[in-house]
This record gives sequence, structure tokens and C-alpha cells, in this order.
Amino acid sequence: MNGLRQRHPSLEFYARRSLRFVLSLLAMVIVSFAMIRVIPGNPVRAQLGITATEQEIRIRTRELGLNQSLLSQLWTYLGHLFTGHLGTSITLQEPVSNIIATRLPNTLEIASMAFLVTMVLSISAGLLLGAFTNGGRHPRTELSFTATTGLLVTIPEFVLAVLLQYVFGVKLGILPIAEKSGWTSYIMPVASLSIPPAAALSRLVRVETLNALGRDYMRTARSKRLPARLLYLRHVLPNVLTATLTLGGLLLVGLIAGTVLVETVFAWPGIGSTIVQAIEQKDYPLIQALVLLLGSMVLFVNFVVDILLGAIDPRSAIRTT
Amino acid sequence: MRRLRATVRTPTGFAGSAILLLVLFFVVAGPILWGPQAARINPLDILAGPSARHPLGTDELGRDILAEVFTASRLSLELSVLATLIGAAVGVPLGAVVAVLSPRPRRLIGTLINFTVSFPGLLLAIFLAVIVGVGSTGAVLAIGFGSAPGFARLSQTLASSVTEMDYLAAARLLGVSRTRLLFRHVLRNIGEPIILNVTMSVGGALLALSGLSFLGLGVQPPSYDWGRLLSDGLANIATNPLESLGPGAAIVITGIGFNLFGESLAQVLGQRVAPRRPGRKERRRLLAEPGARPAQPLPASPGSPAGRQPILRVEGLSVTFPRQRPASRPVRDVSFELAPGEIVGIAGESGSGKSLTALAIARLLPNGAEASAARLEFLGNDMFTWRGAEASRILGTKLPMVFQDPMTSLNPALHLGIQLTEASQVHQGTPRRQALERAAERLRAVRIDRPDERLCQYPHELSGGQRQRAVIAMGLMGEPRLIIADEPTTALDTTVQRQVLAIFRELSETTHSAMIMISHDVAVLGELCSRVLVMYGGLIMEDAPVGELAGARHPYARMLVEAVPDLGTARDRPLATIQGQPPSPAALPPGCPFAPRCPRALERCRLELPAATEVSPGHRVRCFNPLTFDETLVTLVEPATP
Repeated sequence: MNGLRQRHPSLEFYARRSLRFVLSLLAMVIVSFAMIRVIPGNPVRAQLGITATEQEIRIRTRELGLNQSLLSQLWTYLGHLFTGHLGTSITLQEPVSNIIATRLPNTLEIASMAFLVTMVLSISAGLLLGAFTNGGRHPRTELSFTATTGLLVTIPEFVLAVLLQYVFGVKLGILPIAEKSGWTSYIMPVASLSIPPAAALSRLVRVETLNALGRDYMRTARSKRLPARLLYLRHVLPNVLTATLTLGGLLLVGLIAGTVLVETVFAWPGIGSTIVQAIEQKDYPLIQALVLLLGSMVLFVNFVVDILLGAIDPRSAIRTT
Repeated sequence: MRRLRATVRTPTGFAGSAILLLVLFFVVAGPILWGPQAARINPLDILAGPSARHPLGTDELGRDILAEVFTASRLSLELSVLATLIGAAVGVPLGAVVAVLSPRPRRLIGTLINFTVSFPGLLLAIFLAVIVGVGSTGAVLAIGFGSAPGFARLSQTLASSVTEMDYLAAARLLGVSRTRLLFRHVLRNIGEPIILNVTMSVGGALLALSGLSFLGLGVQPPSYDWGRLLSDGLANIATNPLESLGPGAAIVITGIGFNLFGESLAQVLGQRVAPRRPGRKERRRLLAEPGARPAQPLPASPGSPAGRQPILRVEGLSVTFPRQRPASRPVRDVSFELAPGEIVGIAGESGSGKSLTALAIARLLPNGAEASAARLEFLGNDMFTWRGAEASRILGTKLPMVFQDPMTSLNPALHLGIQLTEASQVHQGTPRRQALERAAERLRAVRIDRPDERLCQYPHELSGGQRQRAVIAMGLMGEPRLIIADEPTTALDTTVQRQVLAIFRELSETTHSAMIMISHDVAVLGELCSRVLVMYGGLIMEDAPVGELAGARHPYARMLVEAVPDLGTARDRPLATIQGQPPSPAALPPGCPFAPRCPRALERCRLELPAATEVSPGHRVRCFNPLTFDETLVTLVEPATP
């Protein structure tokens, strides 16, 4: 490893991060497997209710494979994961893989749109306001910006979702109240998912912009009399991105959780609303798969952000290996 | 306690604590005052809209919603506090323990903490809801454990800053056990910020718990908190929106209360003070100050050989910070000219205004600083009105600057190639390839090895001396007519200093560019320059040809020259220093700024500002009582008192 470090420090960084990603995925698999097994009492009885007969419980236990030894259960679980066989939902009587295949795209649609909106909105707003309020200029604009974003950061996405739903769906009646239909039905879910993180991120981008603008290298860049476009996009933006991406990754992870809430408000047919129903009905195969899925998504986002950070800021790659 | 009072006194702090007090009132009194009303079932008044009796309407059992919202304050806050305490109880000791561990386990647990911090609490809550069952126990545990990694990281960061302190290392050497170390030293020292953070986290826990209850994974009926009320109301949003908006408002307002209070408390702890705009009175005071406006037109300025158009002409330049409080004027009435190829040095202590003078000349003053002058011309163009592409092109290619710290004056996120070539590409339209070739050639000219490779490197891959040379090479990309170098060698070690100075000397010969060399080191300037301006308190005190510097006429300039140690300096005596402190630009005396430190000061010096007068051709001094050329000043240079 030492030779590798000397020759290709960045390669070693990527290798380490990939290894960490694979290990944490494995841990996630184990956790999702263990989850059902550590439920106190008999989960099958809990799911079927007190009216269930011994016969029913025995059949369901066998269906879930809970009658075998723990090791062979784990082995079957791993084998099934590799073949994409995730069991059958108890309540929906449908293969879990089918449920995920039909519902995951709906979640990914609003989550990715929300992430895009968040990034575009916050980076442009943060840069613009940073440039505008640099050196204590326009204190009134600064105050109203920090006040507005401060308020928006505090509003949790589900309250915002309910508020939007009331104003635009019920009161004004210009957007569909709930459920997925045409493109207008995307507006409110995406808005409620992206507005709070965009507010938080644009505050950070503004502060980072101010920070970058005060640095010596900006004086050097200004001494070259570059047009404002190059000054901000080439010299400020890359220096702002490191912190932005770090928080952006956290926000994206938060988005995954946020979809659960927002999908519930708007009855959006994604996996977020599905997991809530599955928990209420103790639909263990479905819960297990969805926990694994959401967890892996979080791990994946963290991994991608790490790799991107290493690429953008080569110093961080060397520092953190 | 004092800090708390200071916090309440700020507007945000006041609003925040007012909200929190209100919340506290409902937490204590809500269930007592409104509990019975909230529990009263009225089958005749089901799902009523807002009315005078029921401001937010009633629910499906006819209970008053406003009373329910008030009553729910206690449970909502109770659970949030409980979850936060669980998180802190798990996280804080964990993080603190990590800080006193040996490196290997420390790194391992540190990685684990960092990893779990990024895991959303909601997922953990779902996970726990499956295992312990849906309900407030699971929700509180989940939010608690979910916040633990955050607390652990905070206390780890704080604790490791404590453990790096010397006294802890000493304690460890004395054989104090780890547990004792932890309780006696670490936890005691990180207590205050931790408590602050824990308090503020209650707001976050409230939002998270409300979210869980809203999903049906938190508080179960017949109990209710705000999140539960909100989700119950959601079913009737079309008929009675206030049923859901009421509890929503309670959540948001409480959250805002915690945020505002936390923010202002952090501000008070961090002692951040916002700069204020000056009043009109203050602006007038500034304008009335001596040196605010250039005095009479100057006599034919010295230094420029007759018949040649000067590169730079500065008359009555001053720099002000009108928005600072108190407003200040760190550069006053600076005038000088620069002939083609001439190297002028500016000497002075830090705070004498030399860097601001340079930045004002190059029109690169930071925001908040303003320059004014009777005349400021570069290549015959008025720098105050000259704008547009032509101006940018000429300034960008003919007036390069080199700054003090090469570690920070290059952009860390961009390859050297981009930084060297961009001005040529923008201003001269040089194609990328050609510009890169020229950049490599310029790097070679400042004696950087493997120039082609360097162009693909980031600044952090170069040493300090190499970086400073790269900045100089950057200035050579155009056709420099005036190079302004602000302490270009100060941040470098002595041997590298020599090399960089040699490069400047060489440049002046090969490019015939004029230079302004700023330094606090008179010896450096004496080697390189033909003329030296000595600045003090924002004024040029003496403008002397380098040959006459040893016999400088201004007492300050003479002291500066004589304070330079040389081989003849007695080694058994302390080095000579100039006693006293330079004046703050915000509080300049009405007379000569050096008068308070000057052994030759007259009564007049303290009241009146002397004008610059020519004592010999090309030699100006601003002093009422100048030294004569051969008068010695040994007595003035006092040895430093130990």
C-alpha cells in the first residue's frame, strides 16, 4: 500500500473509499437481515394478530423461512439478494421486487428533481447574494435574505407540504391536491422537498462566497482584470463547491428521508409512503427490502459525494486517506 | 449568566427568548388550563369549522382543536427533551472518551462516528419502529440514538482541542489515569458549548419527533402531540385547513424560537460585531481632517527625468474607510511619480499605509475602502474614470501585481496553467495552446524547473519560493510597464529571498518595466531601488534617492535606516528598536503622526501637519525640524528594554 500511496495518492484514496462502501453495504445487508430476527416475541404472531391459529402461524413462519437455523437463514437471504428475489409482500400479495420496480422510479423522480432544484437555486442565489453583499454592502438585502432563509430552514418539509397543499391545492385550486398525475402534480412535492434545503444551502454558499471573495487569490485574480463571469464562475465557484457539496450530500441524504414525509402528505405512489404502510401493517418482507434499499441509497450518496470531493479538491483526498 | 443577559438584549435573542418563554408557559400550564376542554367530547359539534367558541374548529369527536394544540405542548416538548437527553447521554461521553484513547482506536471510532452522522434519523426511527413496535418509546429512542453521533462528533472535536493542550499532556506524563483525565479535565472544559448545543438540539428533536408522529410512527392515540394533530387534520384539509395549520404553526414557531435564541447566543459567545455605516456627522469630520483633500498643486515633482512621460503619476492620493466605526483614513496626501524603468521602494512599519497605497494605485482596494486623489494616472490615463474593455486589457497585461504571501495568492482550486494563461486569453485573445507555451517559457525565465509539468499542477504542489516565482511569471505573461510587488519576499526564507530579489533585478533589466517594491525592510529596498519613499501614519515622510537614504533627513526615516543591523552591529547589545507604537489610522493626531514618538518634536509638530518640502533635487521631506545631512542620530535609537 505504501508504494501505491507514493505513486498514486488519489488512486489509493478511491480504493479505500470503495472498500469502505462495499463493507458498509455488507453491514447494511446484515442489519436488514437481523432487524426481523431481533423483534421481541413472535413477529409472526404480532403480524397475524391474536386471532391467528397455531396452524396459520406455523405456515407463515415457514413461508418467511424463520423456522430454519439463523446461519442458513442468512445464507438464503444473501442468495436471494443476489438473484433479486426479495420475498413476497404479505399485505399486497405481490413480489417485493415488483413493488420496488413500480414505486422506486416515482420516488427517484421527485428526489432527483428536488436535488437539482436545490443545487441550482442555492448556488445561484448564494453566489449572487455573496457578490451583492460583499464587504457589508446592501445591509438591508442581507438582512432580508438571512431572515427569509432562516425562516424557511426552520419549517419542516411536511409542514411546508401541508401549507402548500392548502394554499395552492385547496384555496387557489391551481395545483392538484395529491397523487401523481400530470406534470403539475410534481410541483408541490418537489417544492416542499427542495425549499428548506435550498434555504440552508444558499446561506452556506453565500458565506463561502464572501469567504472566497476575501481571499488573497481573489485579489490576484482581480489584478488580472478578468470579466466578472470568470471571476465568479472560475475563481469563486470551485472554492465554494467543496463545502457546498459536503452539505449538499447531507441534504441529499436528508431528501431520502424527506420523501417519506412528503410522499405521505401528497399520497405520492413512491417507496416512502409504502414503507410507512408496511410498518403499520407489519409487512416484514417489504419492510426489510425497503430498509435495505433506503439504507443503501444513503450509503451510495455518501460514497459519491466523497469521490466527487476528492476529485474537486485534491487536497482533501490526500488529507483524509 | 452575563452572556445570557447579553443575548436577551439583542433583537433576535429577545424574540427567541420571548418565544421560548411562551412555549414554556404552555408546557407548564397548557394541560392544566386547557386539558379538560381538550378532552371534552361533544358528539353534536363534530368537525366544525372555526368559530368564536372553537377558533380552530373541532375534530371528529367534537373536541376543541386549539385546546388540543395548547395541551399537546407538554407532550411534544417532553418527548423532544427526552430524546435530546438520550442523544447527549450516549454521544457526549462517547466523543470525549475517543479523545483520550490511543491513536488507532481513536481513528476507528472517529470514522464510525463520521459515518453514522450522515445517516438520517428517520431511517433509524423506521428501523427501531419495526423492532420495538410503533409508538412514542421507539420514536424517542430513535431520535435520541439518531442524534447521538452528532453529539459524539461535537464533543470529540471539542475534547481533542482540549487534549492537545500542554497541561493535559503534562497530566498524562504524570500518570493521571484516563478516566480521571476525562472527568477532571476534558468534560469540565467542554461543558459550556456542549450544554448550549444540547439546548439548541431540542428544537431539532421536536421537528423530527413531530415528523414521526405525523407519519403515524410516533405518539399513538389516545395520546397526541403536535405532529399527530397535524396528521389528523390533514384528512380534513379541504373542509377545515386550520385543523392542520394550527399544530403546524405551533411546530414552526417553537422551532424558530430555538433557532433565534441559539443563533444570538452563538453570536454573543463568538462576539461577532457587524460593521456600521457612518453617520453624516462622521463623514463631515473625515472631510475636515488634514490631508483629506490634496493641498495646493505640488511643485514639479521630483524624481522623473525631464522630458520623459512618467508611467505613473500620483497626486494627493488618500484612502478612507468611510463605513468603519470610527471611520479612518489610513493613506493621506500621497504624491509621487514613476519614470519608465524606475524602481521605487516604499518602506514603513505595518499599518503605515504602504499596501493600501499600492492597492489604490492599482484600483484594487477592498470593498469598503475608497480612494480619492487630485490626480492618479497610469500611462496617461485617469484611473478614476478609465473603464471598459480597453482599460481592463491594459491594466490586466501591463500592471501586474505580486503579493506578500505566495501560499494564499494563487487559487488553490485551479491548475497553474489556467491561472497563468487566463489574462492572455481574455485580453489578448491568445489561443490556449500558444498561451500555455508562453507560460512555460515564462516559468523557465523565473527559473522554475520542469515548467510543462508545473502547468498541470495545483499551487499546493509547489514550494513557497516556487509559488512566488510562478506569480511573478504570471505578471510577465503580458508586457508589464509597472510591476507592483507588495512585500514579495517577506514570507520566504532568507536564501529564497535572495533568489527572488535577483529575479526582480533581472526583470527590470530585461523588461524595462518600472516597479514599486513595498517592504518593511529598508535593506532590501536599498539593494534594489533607485528611490525610497518612507511612509508613516499614511503619509510619505521622506522621498529620497537611495544614495541619500543613509543621511535621511526625517527623524523617523533615519531611525528606520539606523535600526537595520549590519556586520558592525555590536552583538552583545540588544538590537535597536524605535520606541512606542505607530498610531491607529482611526485615531490620528492633528499634527505630525510621528510627533508622539519623535525625540526632535517641537510644539508645532503636535498641532500642525508639515507639508512636503524639497530639501535637495529629487529629495522631499515632511518635517518641521529635519536633521541635517551629516547630523548623527545615535542617541535616538534606543536599545530595546528587555
